[in-house]
Amino acid sequence: MLQIENLCVDYGPVRVVENLNLTLTEDEILMLVGPTACGKTTILQAVAGLIPIAQGRISLGNWEATPGKSIAPEKRKLGMVFQDFALFPHLTVEQNVAFRLTDMVQADHWLKLLGLDNFRYVKPGTLSGGQKQRVALARTLAHEPSLILLDEPLSNLDAALKDSLRWEIRNALKVAGVPAIWVTHDQEEALSVGDRLGVLNAGVLEQLASPEACFCEPASRFVAGFLGEASFIRGQLKGNHVSTSLGDVPATAVDEATGEVDLLLRPDDLSLAAAVGPGNAKVSWARYEGAYWLYGVALDGGPQLQIRTSHENYFGIGERVGVEVITTHALAAFAIA
Amino acid sequence: MTRWPVSYPLALLIALITAAPIVVLIGLVENPADFLDTRNLDLLVNTLLLMLFTVTGAVIIGVPLAVLTAYVRLPLGKLWLILLAAPLAMPSYIGAFTFYAAFGPGGEIDNLLGISTPSASGLTGATLVMILYTYPFVLLTTRASLLSQDASLINASRTLGLSLPMSLWKIALPRALRGITAGALLSALYTLSDFGTPAFMGLDTFTRVIYVEYNAFGLDQAAMLSLQLLVIVGLILFLESTIGVTLERPGRSLTIWPGRWQVPALLAAVAPIVMLSIVLPLGIFTLWLFREGNAGFELEYAWNSTYVSLLAAAVAVVLALPVAYASIAGRFGRLMDRITYLGFGVPGIVMGTALVYAGLQVPFMYQTLGLLVIAYVLRFLSLAVGSVRSTAEKLDASLTKAARVLGARPSEVFWRVTVPLTFRGMIAGAALVFLEVMRELPATLLLAPTGFETLATYLWRVYEAGYFGRAAIPGLLLVLMSGLGLALMLFGERRAEFGMIEDKKS
Repeated sequence: MLQIENLCVDYGPVRVVENLNLTLTEDEILMLVGPTACGKTTILQAVAGLIPIAQGRISLGNWEATPGKSIAPEKRKLGMVFQDFALFPHLTVEQNVAFRLTDMVQADHWLKLLGLDNFRYVKPGTLSGGQKQRVALARTLAHEPSLILLDEPLSNLDAALKDSLRWEIRNALKVAGVPAIWVTHDQEEALSVGDRLGVLNAGVLEQLASPEACFCEPASRFVAGFLGEASFIRGQLKGNHVSTSLGDVPATAVDEATGEVDLLLRPDDLSLAAAVGPGNAKVSWARYEGAYWLYGVALDGGPQLQIRTSHENYFGIGERVGVEVITTHALAAFAIA
Repeated sequence: MTRWPVSYPLALLIALITAAPIVVLIGLVENPADFLDTRNLDLLVNTLLLMLFTVTGAVIIGVPLAVLTAYVRLPLGKLWLILLAAPLAMPSYIGAFTFYAAFGPGGEIDNLLGISTPSASGLTGATLVMILYTYPFVLLTTRASLLSQDASLINASRTLGLSLPMSLWKIALPRALRGITAGALLSALYTLSDFGTPAFMGLDTFTRVIYVEYNAFGLDQAAMLSLQLLVIVGLILFLESTIGVTLERPGRSLTIWPGRWQVPALLAAVAPIVMLSIVLPLGIFTLWLFREGNAGFELEYAWNSTYVSLLAAAVAVVLALPVAYASIAGRFGRLMDRITYLGFGVPGIVMGTALVYAGLQVPFMYQTLGLLVIAYVLRFLSLAVGSVRSTAEKLDASLTKAARVLGARPSEVFWRVTVPLTFRGMIAGAALVFLEVMRELPATLLLAPTGFETLATYLWRVYEAGYFGRAAIPGLLLVLMSGLGLALMLFGERRAEFGMIEDKKS
């Protein structure tokens, strides 16, 4: 079981990770997401023992690292999958996977499972990006670590490959039954692959919860904005609903907000229809997404909202439309900034 | 928890040993006031002019050839590169020797073809020879930086409307400035150190006069001139240290397809360089071979040259490892690297003087092969260090991290990942040292045990005795063996092109 308590990491005088606490159990996959330079890779390197920590405690199984007592990376029994694959170019695929193994059982198992049997005796240089990352994953899993750290494993691959490899990696991790921390900057990946999601901003963990909770009940405006398109509408919080110009909407207050609040509206919380009579909004822009249209709509006397509708509903720019809240679950209400 | 890298103490020790000859020299100067003596002003002028003209010429020839061999897709492209880099393997005094014998009234060209040519001697002759044998430094370093550049920048510049030559001039060359400077610096250091060329050409530079003083039992005067020369070397090393490092993102390098008529034009432009630097010396030696045969030559000379060179190369690479890794590890290590670099600037004749003196204090070393090998290693260690360092620098940092995380201790990471991946650098470094030792003349003249004759020293005896024709076999053998060394080095480069670099491109 991985335990991180009050972890702080400094780069020279700059603090890049601030007071991080998290616990990982059994075969849980934790996604860490955040913008560039938010400290997500730094956390992985600190857990792996590749950089020193300033404060706090990291423990896994039978070791515990503190600022005074650093444990060498090779003693931590964990695996790491790198963004640039980090395959040894002078060794064959098989030699890479069996780097420190005394028998081939695990290497064979993972080479077969990840479809690499035919590439055993080639050098990594001749493989495609997706194959390289499979080899890197096989290498990590074959060494039977008690925790796996994945540092943006898909960011060097093209979009089509990302989608399938993402599930392949998740399945392999589940088959191995190893806990993992998976760092990414892709929100879609963050929401879909992991069991839990941590959102980082400037070295601080802003929220750590299930993907659904992070998306629907974000702990801050930053989390709300980072995980998907977010519009806000002003309203008055009364008990468990907010009254707005679009009517009364079920809501939960974030950080005990009261009185006047900003209510978070996702594009799929709203519906769009041709105006009956004057309507209540005007279309300002439209973006075709294949299965859907994403519209930007200016509410009369109100804010700009984003709405996603089926590809069958087309509205012209400038057209008058009727906007309604269709969601039945509670929406997040934030205190006015 | 800043830890002192493991390589630091070793690097410090090696750097101190490298710096020892300079300390010995300072100890030799009896009266410090003499150091600023202006009697030798003409020496200074000759030395600086030779260096200035040589570096200018080497850059003017080396840079366009680097562009040609790096980017232009020529039929038999590798052969062009080998021929153009070959003068590096040729000792410049062989050029000086044969130029001196070939040109001028009564020279071999006059004898054979009846064409009268101006004689090659003095500053003009020395400059010509030095340019021809040092431009490959600029060619190779510049070519390496050009090849490391991603073609997309040149392509972008051309699509923005700049012509190809202007794009190369404004985009590629500025980014290759570090490579050009590195080559120019090597060429300058080589020129300052070289003893044979000015000696054959009768130009009074520091190195030639130091030898004259040494032979006249003026060890003090020789030491002082050596120190003055070292000050100039120090200035150049300082200049080099102020140039920053630019790291390029690896990518596919540019390819230019020449037009049908351009290939013969390029060939015609390049031919005179190859004719003068390779064909002429080979021709003269071959002529002498037919005229004189193998008179006076012993096979032992060749064997002596080879094994002492291999010995020095092996020792140099082993000592280079800690220095190279220290240099990457941090500022202090980089300083140690700089100090070993001083040895390359210490001219062979100066190193010889210092070690003769040191050997006289330690009688069991004097007149031994050990002392000679020490002299070679001290002089050429930096070549091995530079070679190992440059491959080690390119090593992807996440590879060592990956190995650590997989459970390998630092020493295992070193032997299983770092060493195999820098092996190419070690071979290249060993080849460079081997080449240099093969053609080393002055230190060998001073330090070789009595009766231990190498190809180079035998060539010198032949010259002194005036039996030019007897230089045929040692001359040809020197060229041949150095050629083998060059082939080894180019093989190393091929491995880079087909091995690791391809990995990055995919």
